[in-house]
Amino acid sequence: MPESQSSYQPAPVAIHPAPAAEHPATHPWLQHHFDSMEQQAEASTLGMWVFLCTEILFFGGLFMAYLVYRHASPEGFQEASHELSRLWGTTNTLVLICSSLTMALGVRAAQTNQSRKVIVGWLGATIVFGIGFLGIKAWEYYDKFVHHHVPGPNFHWDGLYPKPAEQFYSLYFAMTGLHALHMIIGIGIMTVIAVLAWKNTFDEEYFTPVEVAGLYWHFVDIVWIFLFPLLYLIGGHFKGA
Amino acid sequence: MDTIATPTVNYLNNGHGLKSWLLTKDHKRIALLYLFSITAFFFLGGFFALMIRLELLTPASDLVQPDTYNKLFTMHGIVMVFFFLIPSIPAVLGNFLVPIMVGAKDLAFPRINLLSWYIYVLGGLFTLVAAVTGGVDTGWTFYAPYSTSASNSHVITAGVGVFITGFSSILTGLNFIVTVHRMRAPGLTWFRLPLFVWSMYATSLIMILGTPVIAITVALVAVERGLHLGIFDPALGGDPVLFQHLFWFYSHPAVYIMILPAMGVVSELVQAGTRKNIFGYAFVAFSSLAIAIIGFLVWGHHLFVSGQSTYAGLVFSILSFFVAIPSAVKVFNWTATLYKGSISWDTPMLYAYGFIGLFTIGGLTGLFLATLGMDIHVHDTYFIIAHFHYVMVGGAIMGYLGGMHYWWPKITGRMYPESIARFAALIIFVGFNLTFGPQFIVGYLGMPRRYAMYAPEFQIWNVLSTAGATILGVGYLIPMVYFIWSVFRAPLAGSNPWGARGLEWEIPSPPPTENFVVTPVVTEGTHQYAPSREVGIA
Amino acid sequence: MFTNFPFFPQEASEQAANVDALYFFLLAVTGFFMVLIAALVVFFAFKYRRRHDNEVGEAIHGSLALELTWTIIPLGITMVMFVWGAATYFHMTRPPKGAMEIYVVGKQWMWKVQHVDGAREINELHVPIGRPVKLIMGSEDVIHSFFIPDFRVKEDVVPGRYNTLWFTASKPGRYHIFCTQYCGTKHSNMIGWVTAMDPADYQAWLSGGSSGGSMANNGAKLFQDLACASCHLENGQGRGPSLAGTYGHEVKLSTGQAVMMDDTYVRESILNPQAKIVAGFQPLMPTFKGLVTEEQILQLTAYIKSLGGPAPAAQK
Repeated sequence: MPESQSSYQPAPVAIHPAPAAEHPATHPWLQHHFDSMEQQAEASTLGMWVFLCTEILFFGGLFMAYLVYRHASPEGFQEASHELSRLWGTTNTLVLICSSLTMALGVRAAQTNQSRKVIVGWLGATIVFGIGFLGIKAWEYYDKFVHHHVPGPNFHWDGLYPKPAEQFYSLYFAMTGLHALHMIIGIGIMTVIAVLAWKNTFDEEYFTPVEVAGLYWHFVDIVWIFLFPLLYLIGGHFKGA
Repeated sequence: MDTIATPTVNYLNNGHGLKSWLLTKDHKRIALLYLFSITAFFFLGGFFALMIRLELLTPASDLVQPDTYNKLFTMHGIVMVFFFLIPSIPAVLGNFLVPIMVGAKDLAFPRINLLSWYIYVLGGLFTLVAAVTGGVDTGWTFYAPYSTSASNSHVITAGVGVFITGFSSILTGLNFIVTVHRMRAPGLTWFRLPLFVWSMYATSLIMILGTPVIAITVALVAVERGLHLGIFDPALGGDPVLFQHLFWFYSHPAVYIMILPAMGVVSELVQAGTRKNIFGYAFVAFSSLAIAIIGFLVWGHHLFVSGQSTYAGLVFSILSFFVAIPSAVKVFNWTATLYKGSISWDTPMLYAYGFIGLFTIGGLTGLFLATLGMDIHVHDTYFIIAHFHYVMVGGAIMGYLGGMHYWWPKITGRMYPESIARFAALIIFVGFNLTFGPQFIVGYLGMPRRYAMYAPEFQIWNVLSTAGATILGVGYLIPMVYFIWSVFRAPLAGSNPWGARGLEWEIPSPPPTENFVVTPVVTEGTHQYAPSREVGIA
Repeated sequence: MFTNFPFFPQEASEQAANVDALYFFLLAVTGFFMVLIAALVVFFAFKYRRRHDNEVGEAIHGSLALELTWTIIPLGITMVMFVWGAATYFHMTRPPKGAMEIYVVGKQWMWKVQHVDGAREINELHVPIGRPVKLIMGSEDVIHSFFIPDFRVKEDVVPGRYNTLWFTASKPGRYHIFCTQYCGTKHSNMIGWVTAMDPADYQAWLSGGSSGGSMANNGAKLFQDLACASCHLENGQGRGPSLAGTYGHEVKLSTGQAVMMDDTYVRESILNPQAKIVAGFQPLMPTFKGLVTEEQILQLTAYIKSLGGPAPAAQK
């Protein structure tokens, strides 16, 4: 069949080189659509940064709701926040900060091509801290359940501001629940990365999965850094101050 | 330049069988997967629209019960907004063209691209289940407390569908952003990019920043409805206006997700159709970014009568005027491009004209809505419906159809039949104006939207509108028929049937799976028909 | 079937003409640009049509002067629209002092109207012409919206708060009321009529049987029946503060903040009494949520408004 083609053909905008006779050896982990390991690594990390921006907006909606309701009843929120355990909240904060440290050391280990034992060691420590965080969170949730502070038909509040307290705890469970979900996913990702590391997958040219998982983990940590004072420390001050 | 011969192996026949399509990593095949799905949803949404318009032939609610009517307009909105308009150009034309236009072999994350399609289908299934098991009747805007506490329909199921599909949008936007940043071919600087890529980039910014907010909002509606927590329902201690703020924070930028890609298409069509550089390239490129950014700041213009403070009203009104300016700049630039061009009368150009005319009307009526004293009267009437259909159907869908015609030979390797296509474009244009023109009039008269029954004096305008809708429906069916026909029977298309400039016209039609055997080296602006000073203004 | 062919709504309120003037201005300006663009596009499309397949366009890149022109001029025009629209809007959202107040409660799927003197209407609103009328509106369930097209007024009716709108009817006649925020099955049936009457006719209508007593009288009755009077003693020595002469003044709260005693505060105190406690009093008041309807709250409010008298003695 005849080809439909315009008789006017403009000059090309690019040079289209002929394929090389021999294909140079490429890294086993270089995907077909990238031209170099460097390009692949930069694309992956940029992708994770963009994804984390979407996560900021995702949590942002809940922070907005928190802002509106706290503004409507500051004393109510303060009273409700008082019933959360500052001891365990602080402990959890420290646990997460330590986990971010071990994560960063794990990324560094992969980047400097250390032995698989070192990399998996740091990743394993991160996982252990993560599980520790979730364990403490689970205990806190149980404690709230026992005290009838879980919003819904069984909610009961002895203080002065029952409605704001229920709103506070709705937001508490929504925000920390969403955060915990991200932690669980993060632990899953860490496990996969650890398995890959044990198989000697990474070297100084290819450690992007560890780096990208690290970015995600640090983000989840930072979300907690915002949640902790907003939920646990309302009206708080050091003794004697 | 030598004509590139039509190859025997291309992305369409490289691998046969369902598995090679359903597990593909090729952005071009994924674009076609999206094409089939969004077309199916378009006709579903169109069917709902047909039912609405048939009911509105008479003032009484006599074709369907009011409850059914409420479900019809809700499903029409949900399907058209979330499952057709938002994905359409980005997921079909964007997926197909962005890698080729930047000189890459695929998007940055091919598997995430495929995942985004599966997520879209999953979300669509939830919504179909909601539709089939009884429907949703909240309006696509899900206002609380009706949606959280009073509606007896499948709100949560539909909400889950929207929540899931949002992630498809987010992943698509993420993919485009990384691709444009990191995978441009050597020599392809930002200011040598086609304007279609600029608009896809700006659209992607909105997709990634706005969509998470609707996700959390819909999740909160589901939580409140399921667990009776007081977030939006004042009877439970919540704030219904908070819902509106959260909802419109996404849903206003969402309309720019729908229009920016179409504007990008029109820029390409106008350049190819005039064989001339776009007038004011940098201004058009930056306008896309300006629309994306300012578009995030105007959501409160949907809340002018909600009881929000008058000062908030002032702020949102003035910002809404600002957001109109970059669109106006684009319209002027397209018009100026026509001056001393070599202008074709082919179908893509006809759709470009249709876009320029109808988008201008729709956008100008937006100024009415930004005007505080004016919006009070026309808010929630058919004036609003006419406004947004002018921009979304007269604008976005015309842009989509124009792009489909323009790139059809590249996508399929076949040429569509030109005469019938021009005829269909005319039918669509006439049918569209007859459908939505009268709605401005009946809206100012006071006919509220979402009314199954209406005051008898509004009937004449409704009858005209339904007549137009019938013509419009026929107009949409015609391209369906000849596009399908063309795949089997039409003449083969060469690599560059339009004599256009651009990387996509320098590879075969249809392209090979890897697009470029070797990454090209770009030597000048891919939009230019004449050499120019590089970069910067003009 | 096609008995009338209306193009334009009636101008039946004093601000309708303002809104229409704004409308025609917008129509003229946008119409001008629309015709300009359409004319240019059509003209260029014909004049510069491609005459043979090998033709290309001229090498023009742009013009900074033109770009600035067509950015700045539209910006100027839109700012005129903004200012005019804002001015109209300010006028529309500021009811004059002394406007006649009428209460409206929206409920799925009807409008319940209460005049202060006790007249009650369902899906009907009688008003005199030439006198500013302020509607104070609440909802019993979901969001509705009160719209009188021929008056060019509209405002959402939101549960949990009061919204207001005002107008001055200018032409006797009957005009549509439409609910214009989707509210469920019978949303399109939640309609009614405004009857604007000459002042004499309006007086006649008012005196022709407003059964049920004025809002304030009904409120007084509720105040006794619901035992409000047992705590809110007039001498200020009861468990709750005296309400005499308090409406429209600031009240000091236990937190030190001051709050205006208005419709919203009264409603909140009835439904959620612990939210704001008056300074010097204990949080003892029970909630009346579920025990009073929105209309009854408005009647209680009317009663409290009617309690003139000296400001209460210093609280204990």
